[in-house]
Amino acid sequence: MSERGIQWFRFTAPANFYDLAGRLIPWFAALTIALFAAGLYLGLVVAPPDYQQGDSYRIIYIHVPTAWMGMFLYVLMAVYAAIGLIWRIKMAEIMAKAIAPTGALMTFFALWTGALWGRPTWGVYWVWDARLTSMLILLFLYLGYMALHAAIDDRQRASNASAVLAMVGVVNVPIIYFSVQWWNTLHQGASITVTDAPTMATIMFVTLMIMVLAAWMYSIAVVLARARVEVLERERNARWVQERLEDGRT
Amino acid sequence: MKKRQKRLLLVAGGLTSVALVTGLVLNAFRDNLVFFYTPSDIVADIVPMERTFRIGGLVEDGSVYRGEDGITVHFRVTDTAVAVPVVYHGILPNLFREGQGVVAVGSLQDGGVFKASQVMARHDETYMPPEAAEAIKRAQREAARTVEQSGGY
Repeated sequence: MSERGIQWFRFTAPANFYDLAGRLIPWFAALTIALFAAGLYLGLVVAPPDYQQGDSYRIIYIHVPTAWMGMFLYVLMAVYAAIGLIWRIKMAEIMAKAIAPTGALMTFFALWTGALWGRPTWGVYWVWDARLTSMLILLFLYLGYMALHAAIDDRQRASNASAVLAMVGVVNVPIIYFSVQWWNTLHQGASITVTDAPTMATIMFVTLMIMVLAAWMYSIAVVLARARVEVLERERNARWVQERLEDGRT
Repeated sequence: MKKRQKRLLLVAGGLTSVALVTGLVLNAFRDNLVFFYTPSDIVADIVPMERTFRIGGLVEDGSVYRGEDGITVHFRVTDTAVAVPVVYHGILPNLFREGQGVVAVGSLQDGGVFKASQVMARHDETYMPPEAAEAIKRAQREAARTVEQSGGY
């Protein structure tokens, strides 16, 4: 790998990552605020009510972005964990660890908003159907990953053990996604798929996509910030940290 | 073989076997993972008759009527092939209406009536403003009338 000397690997060096992330975070944070403001305004004020659910459908603007983010972040976390485990790249281990809390938060929001939507729509907060149950398992996988990471004192062993857990858990993500196709579930099928036109009005779809982007920007900003702190903690005795401290560049 | 290649092989092999095991387990439990049975399943006798189970489908058009006490509801659940009569005593969810998806929890009584203890509405994946739904309904009525007129036999 490194024999070819690709520029990419510059950013796997903690010092370079620390500087780059520091420059990027404010931009992602600003985008998050702008997109959330626009998305919430469109979703709560401009978009029309649904013909059957009335206004309660508006919870989709939080529910779907957080559910997608929860699933995607898990895959990303597992990929970083695998890279860290196989190629021993320190930054990948840090990224995997930094993603977990945000992924757990997103999954929790998806479950919570889903319950609040389920009560008026279905008549129940919670049912043990395949979609809801597999999503709950995703939350437990995140929590298990974080607990395992925290339970082992030796940093390398903690990284390795939790990386294995993260990778094994990946099988759950396609199960969540396809559960509504494979089995009869109370949860409805997907409104937005890669192959077909979305089965929702254009303004609703556009608003939803803005909220999805907002969730992305938020996740990037928060994960980078958390990874930056982790880098600083691990490298606190390194020369580059001392240099930056002396220069006042933090 | 280098150490990292060995690790790569281990990870790839491990993940493949986990995926395989999960696939086999899910396949084995296939029938137990359904949230509800359809009316056709009941006719085909693959439903645990003595037990409480869930039945899902559409509320058949024109099948809903309320009992004299005002809280007992009779309706039929259909999967467009077979319809099963359901009786329910309680408050229905807001989304409950004819032609709408529904899941009922209960058991089959003698005579083939499903006695429900809980009724949940099932939403489909379509979202649109009320005006659009109204326009579609109008278009469908127009189309039906045109067919009637041109049919003429």
